[in-house]
Amino acid sequence: MSLEETLAIELTVNGERVESTVPVRQHLVDFLRTELGLTGSHIGCEHGICGACSVRVDGAVVRGCLMLAVQADGAEVVTIEGLTDSGEIADLQEMFVERNALQCGYCTPGMLITAAELFDIGLPASRENIREFLSGNFCRCTGYHAIVDAVEATLKQRLSR
Amino acid sequence: MKAPRFHYVRPESLDATLGLLAEYGEDARILAGGQSLMPTLNMRLSQPKVLIDINRIEALKGIAVHDGMVRIGALARHVEVMNSPIVAEALPLIAEAMPHVAHVAVRNRGTFGGSIALADPSAEMPACILALGASVVVDGVRGRRTIAADDFFIGLYETAREPDELLVEVLLPPQKPGHVSVFMELSRRHGDFAIAGIACHARVAGGVINDARLAYFGSEAKPVLGTRTMAILNGKAWPTASNEVVNAALDEDLDPIGNTFGSPATKLHLQKVLTRRVLDAAVQRARAP
Ligand SMILES: Cc1cc2nc3c(=O)[nH]c(=O)nc-3n(C[C@H](O)[C@H](O)[C@H](O)COP(=O)(O)OP(=O)(O)OC[C@H]3O[C@@H](n4cnc5c(N)ncnc54)[C@H](O)[C@@H]3O)c2cc1C
Ligand code: FES
Ligand code: FES
Repeated sequence: MSLEETLAIELTVNGERVESTVPVRQHLVDFLRTELGLTGSHIGCEHGICGACSVRVDGAVVRGCLMLAVQADGAEVVTIEGLTDSGEIADLQEMFVERNALQCGYCTPGMLITAAELFDIGLPASRENIREFLSGNFCRCTGYHAIVDAVEATLKQRLSR
Repeated sequence: MKAPRFHYVRPESLDATLGLLAEYGEDARILAGGQSLMPTLNMRLSQPKVLIDINRIEALKGIAVHDGMVRIGALARHVEVMNSPIVAEALPLIAEAMPHVAHVAVRNRGTFGGSIALADPSAEMPACILALGASVVVDGVRGRRTIAADDFFIGLYETAREPDELLVEVLLPPQKPGHVSVFMELSRRHGDFAIAGIACHARVAGGVINDARLAYFGSEAKPVLGTRTMAILNGKAWPTASNEVVNAALDEDLDPIGNTFGSPATKLHLQKVLTRRVLDAAVQRARAP
């Protein structure tokens, strides 16, 4: 098996149709970063632990490093770039800046895309719920406190509107 | 790291999958949610020649009640099980345990069948189906088999499923009136694999425990029933059965394996503490309407 096996795929990324031929062993984040230049999704551990690679596939947040690009054939993928352009979490992004919820920013796209799902589900905005929901995303800088602050403040702001 | 090379196939039907399994045998691996398999590929801990992606097979999906049993399809994602009204109503043990399985992004993709097929010794779902006395249905070109959970888990990541068989569904008896379920585990962080844990299902009336099924996980090579402990508790009021008697039975039932999360002695101690907490909770839940 010396030749790299490839497969043609067709999917939607951030609302745009994409056609490509990819190595079957390439994971989704490598495809998004190297083929499409969408470098907002980061690669940390490549074995499902850190959450830096989080992307939204068919409406649900998943680990981009634990899904093959060929498995996204026919799917609707949204990355942090798409989420930013749509304005869906503009308030959360502003709050991250205001509350100092990022330092190096490596974990931030994953944190935001996961928090966006928390907003969709509409759990009560307790700090415990927020911590539990973000428990699969590592941050090596902030100590999490400021991140929980930003998510909590945004949730409260949305509820009061 | 990146996954090594493999041949990728994505069958659209159950028959096609079984044919592929028969053809490739031990050279093939089933790809379900990928939440355990993909990490081992990326770290090159496993190098299967062929990956059979079952994600498009409709026959493996869904959660339904059929002939008085709850059928959870192998491809039901953890998140579907967690949000299922059928599971909430008929399988409170599973409903209580599922939030302990990993984190939201992993639950969005990981499957019930994958968790059972993998049989991680620290995983929640294998212990739950053991406590509930469920059955695992596997299929292959040689025929379909239904295996009792009691006989399914054989050793460390080892099950009664043959390499050419596909796990298709799990059949679980709905909880009957008068019964209670309790699930407890200790882990370092929320969503981590357990250091010690118990899935319990029992009939409790007036503080008396009957037909208790206590499945221990996180400490042995596979989920195990505390059979001597279960026998001692049977027909007695809890907490009348003394701690010493229960602890002595647990010494016999369990033989924990140490890891970075604890020595065998620590794990045994934790399982004893959890046993008391679980039984207290069972009696309390039976009292509360
Ligand atoms: C960060 C992280 C934390 C986690 N924490 C937990 C946790 O706390 N508790 C827990 O239980 N799990 C945890 N998991 C694992 C997760 O629950 C997996 O989803 C599950 O163990 C395997 O399911 P899967 O569908 O992803 O299977 P896959 O990864 O696709 O497959 C796992 C194995 O089972 C085989 N297999 C899968 N489906 C079938 C089938 N239908 N028939 C035959 N063989 C099959 C595969 O060939 C493979 O060998 C964690 C995973 C990650 C990445
Ligand atoms: S890179 Fe995917 S979880 Fe770390
Ligand atoms: S801000 Fe640096 S890892 Fe989170």
